[in-house]
Amino acid sequence: MSHGLKLEAFGCRSVQEVNLLVAPGQVVGLTGPSGSGKSLFLRALADLDPHEGRMTLDGVAAETVPAHQWRRQVGLLPAESAWWFDIVGPHCDSWPLDALQYLGFSADVLGWPVSRLSSGERQRLSLLRLLARSPRILLLDEPTANLDPRNTDRVEQLLQRFKTKYQPGIVWVGHDMAQLKRCCDPIYVLRERRFLPWDARYQELLDPIGQVNA
Amino acid sequence: MNVVILTPVDLALAASLVVLVALLSYFMRLHLERQIMIAAARTTVQLLLVGLVLKALFSYVHLGWIVLVACIMLLAAGREVMGRQKRRFAGIWGFGLGAFSMFISSFSITILTLTVLIGPDPWYEPQYAVPLLGMLLGNTMNGIAIGLDRLTSSAWEQRTIIEGRLMMGAAWSQAIETLRRESIRGGLIPILNSMAAAGLVSLPGMMTGQILGGNPPMEAVKYQILIMFLIAGGTGLGTVAAVWLGARRLFDERQRLRLDRLKSH
Repeated sequence: MSHGLKLEAFGCRSVQEVNLLVAPGQVVGLTGPSGSGKSLFLRALADLDPHEGRMTLDGVAAETVPAHQWRRQVGLLPAESAWWFDIVGPHCDSWPLDALQYLGFSADVLGWPVSRLSSGERQRLSLLRLLARSPRILLLDEPTANLDPRNTDRVEQLLQRFKTKYQPGIVWVGHDMAQLKRCCDPIYVLRERRFLPWDARYQELLDPIGQVNA
Repeated sequence: MNVVILTPVDLALAASLVVLVALLSYFMRLHLERQIMIAAARTTVQLLLVGLVLKALFSYVHLGWIVLVACIMLLAAGREVMGRQKRRFAGIWGFGLGAFSMFISSFSITILTLTVLIGPDPWYEPQYAVPLLGMLLGNTMNGIAIGLDRLTSSAWEQRTIIEGRLMMGAAWSQAIETLRRESIRGGLIPILNSMAAAGLVSLPGMMTGQILGGNPPMEAVKYQILIMFLIAGGTGLGTVAAVWLGARRLFDERQRLRLDRLKSH
């Protein structure tokens, strides 16, 4: 039995024949051109899309666990977060107040109407409500895409702290190579439905500011 | 009290009103004149045919014929529910969901009413069975069509919210709960409104017909109250059944939202 999220001959709409282990405390980076299917891959890991092959968490196969319990263990942070109540508070049972403050919110944000939030605020709050459930695996789809450098830094620090404390396995999808190199090891590139280990040969994919070509 | 028998001339005079509206439509460029004439022709032909069928049915009472007529009515209602969906379920579910819900609600209530409440002899006496079933089907059809249409179109529009809730570890029934409740409410509002307005704003069609047909008003009123309650019961049961089954069908065995099971037309 192996700990963490393990994929064997895994396939979904956007990848095929992927073998991967995301061990507890490990952060796997994933990049690739827009449209290569990174988000679809994360959806399949959260069992929101069908997959082929074998997917296990701590040795337990996905199909043997009720789907909603799987998704509590394998938490997906989508690029666009969804909000279904009028105000922020009810979206989470126990908001982590210290983490809220760390990301620059005061406690009265919980009474704010969702419609008042900026895209960056939504992104930070949706990360917090996911972390509050402390999933075993975190699937992060461009978690800092809408954030300014200061907040990006804060989110990276927060995730680092969360990782040290709870040892989750993390799959981090992003375009910013500098960030991926800072936070992730190993890093893969998704090209033509395959996972390729990142190496300097893919430097050609980078545009002048260090972003993987969108 | 005698019933005044309508002559073809009377009906022709009434039809001239429809022609007048069609002319209005032509001169005001509403582009409805074709539809008006076709709808009027359909009413005439369909009702005359039903009249002939009922006449035959009343003079030759047999359970088999009643069942046949009931099945044809159910199929027609099922088609109508399907036709009113902006996004309906693909395959047999598109028709089956509505037809099944109408079947369990309308048929059970009609049979219950005939055997326990009205009690004609035999219980399937067509003079009672056919109009009762017709009124129940016609009204549950509305509730079910509205409920299902709400459910599928709001699931389509709010897919990110439903999936967002799934991502947070909600079970499928939690993720669709709000939409399911709103859809059932939507299906029930029309019958609630018509119960509340009955007699004050509108004289219900069945009662009007009975009074025109020469029945004492109080007898007609009692029947209308009975019918209103039956319709409310049938619409409630049918809409709840259809929306519950439809909501379940929107998710697969891994509780994934399966909007690919819908098709728009």
